Amino acid sequence: MGITQILFWILAITAIFSALMVVISKNPVYSVLWLIVTFFTISGHYILLNAQFLAVVNIIVYAGAIMVLFLFVIMLMNLNKETEPQKSKWLKLAGAVAGGCLLLVLVAGLRHTEKQMTEMVTGDIGLIQNLGKVLFKDYVVPFEISSILFLSAMVGAVVLGKKEPRIPVETEMRKVEETQQAINI
Amino acid sequence: MFSLEGITKSLQDWLYLNFNPTWALVIECLIVIVLAIALFAFLGLVLVLMERKVAAHMQIRLGPNRVGPKGMFQTAADTLKLIMKEGLTPDGADKFLFNLAPFVVMIVAMLILAPIAFAKGFQIWDINIGVLYVSAISSLSVIGILMAGWASNNKYSLLGAMRSGAQIVSYELSAGISILCIVVLSGSLSINEIIASQQNGWWLFKGHIPVIIAFVIFMIAVTAETNRAPFDLAEAESELTAGFHTEYSGMKFALFFLAEYINIFIVCAIGATLFLGGWMPFHIGNWQDFNHIMDYIPSSIWFFGKTFFLIFLIMWFRWTFPRLRVDQLLNLEWKYLLPISLFNLLLVTVIAIFGWHF
Repeated sequence: MGITQILFWILAITAIFSALMVVISKNPVYSVLWLIVTFFTISGHYILLNAQFLAVVNIIVYAGAIMVLFLFVIMLMNLNKETEPQKSKWLKLAGAVAGGCLLLVLVAGLRHTEKQMTEMVTGDIGLIQNLGKVLFKDYVVPFEISSILFLSAMVGAVVLGKKEPRIPVETEMRKVEETQQAINI
Repeated sequence: MFSLEGITKSLQDWLYLNFNPTWALVIECLIVIVLAIALFAFLGLVLVLMERKVAAHMQIRLGPNRVGPKGMFQTAADTLKLIMKEGLTPDGADKFLFNLAPFVVMIVAMLILAPIAFAKGFQIWDINIGVLYVSAISSLSVIGILMAGWASNNKYSLLGAMRSGAQIVSYELSAGISILCIVVLSGSLSINEIIASQQNGWWLFKGHIPVIIAFVIFMIAVTAETNRAPFDLAEAESELTAGFHTEYSGMKFALFFLAEYINIFIVCAIGATLFLGGWMPFHIGNWQDFNHIMDYIPSSIWFFGKTFFLIFLIMWFRWTFPRLRVDQLLNLEWKYLLPISLFNLLLVTVIAIFGWHF
C-alpha cells in the first residue's frame, strides 16, 4: 500500500464518519462543524485526484463562505440541544429507510462501472488551466447563464433584505422586543 | 554566497542517498514541522516586542525596558508567565469546542505557510494555485473565532465573534479582488511565477496607478481581516471586554494572541510577494550594473525586509487611527472599497490586455 492508498483510506473513513455525525449530532452547531470536516475530506480527495483547483474552490465556497454563514445564523439564533425539538422515533426510522434506499440505488447504479476509472495523482482535468479552457470554450453559454442565476439570486436577497415601508411605532417596538427574545442574548 | 536554496538541496540529496524515498519524505516533513514551529515561536516573540516598541515610539515613551538589554526579553518573560497560568474553562462553556478553538485558529495560520516563498527556491509546497490556496485557507480562521465565541457561553464573546465574522467575510471580497489584479497582470496563480514576473521591477512600480490603488485596498482589507485596529471591533475592549477571547486565560489565550501576530506576518508576506516582488531584489529595468549589486543581498533578507516593512505599516495604522463604528466599518467595505476595487480590476484587465504596463 503506497502513501496515496493510505491517505485515501484515512480520508474516506473520516468522510463517512463525519457525514454520519452531521446527521447524528443533537446540537446544530456540532452538525455544521462536522459538515465542515466532511467538506475538508472531500477536498482531500480532490487533491489526491490532482484536482487542486477544485479542492481549493470547494474550501472557499463551502467551508469558507456557506458554512460560515450557517454557523453565523445558528449561533445568532442560539439554537442548542435544549431548544432543538425532538423528532419521534418513527420519523427517524423513516429517514433511515429513505436514506438506505438512496444508497441501494447508488450502489446498484455504480456496480458495473469499470474498476480503473479514477486517475490517482496523474489526472490533469482538475487543474485550473484545463478547467478554464473547458468552461470558456465548450460550455460558455451554460457557464454564463449560471452566473446570471447567481445575479438574480443576489438581487432577490437584496430586495428581501431591504427595509420595509414605514410601520407604526408600536408594532415596530413589539418587533424589536420579539427579536430580542428570539436572539436571547 | 549564502543561499537557503543550496542548503535545502544538499540536505535533500543527502536524505535520498541514505534513506529510501518514503522515509526521506517523512524526515523532510518532520524537519518542515520543526522549522514551522520554530518560526512561529520566533515571530511571536519578535512581533510582540516590535509592536510594543513601535507603540512606545509613536507615543513618545520608552516601552518595555526592564527585562534584558533594552527590554529584549520582555516577551519571553510574558510567555513564561502565560505558560504558568491556569487555563480556566468556564462552567457553562461547551468544553470540547472551547478547548478546540485556539488550536483551530493556530492550525489554520500554520496551513497558510505552505505556499509562501521565503527565499529563492525555499518553499514548502509549490502548488500551482498558491494565491488561491492562501485566500481559501485564510477564510477559515473565522470558523475558529466563531467557535471560541459561541462555546464561551458569554454574550460579549458571542457578540465579538459575530462582529469578527461579518468583518472577515466582507473584507475578504476586496482583498480577493486586489489579489486578482496581480493575478491578471502576471497571468499565473503560482507564487513562484508571480515572483518571476517581477524580475524587471515590482508590480507596484510597473502597474501604474491601478496597482497602487489595489495595494492600498489590499492593505486596508488585510488589516480588517486580521482584526487589527482601527478595525478591531471583534475585541473592542471599551465595549466588549475582550471580544471573542474574553473567557480565555493562560496558554489558550496566548495561542489566540500568537495566531493574530502570525496572521499579520502571513498577510504581509503575501502583500510583499504580490506587490513588492517577494524575494526578488530591487531591479530597475535593464540597468545591469545596478541589478547585479542588488543581487548580492541574499533573497531571504529581501523577503523579510519587505515583510517587516509592511508589518510596521500595519502597526503604524493601529497607533494612528481611531476605531471605526460597526456601521462605518461595513459601509466602508460595501459602499466604497468593493465598487472601487471592482472598477479597478476592470482597469487592470485593460492594462494587461493592451500591455500598457512596463
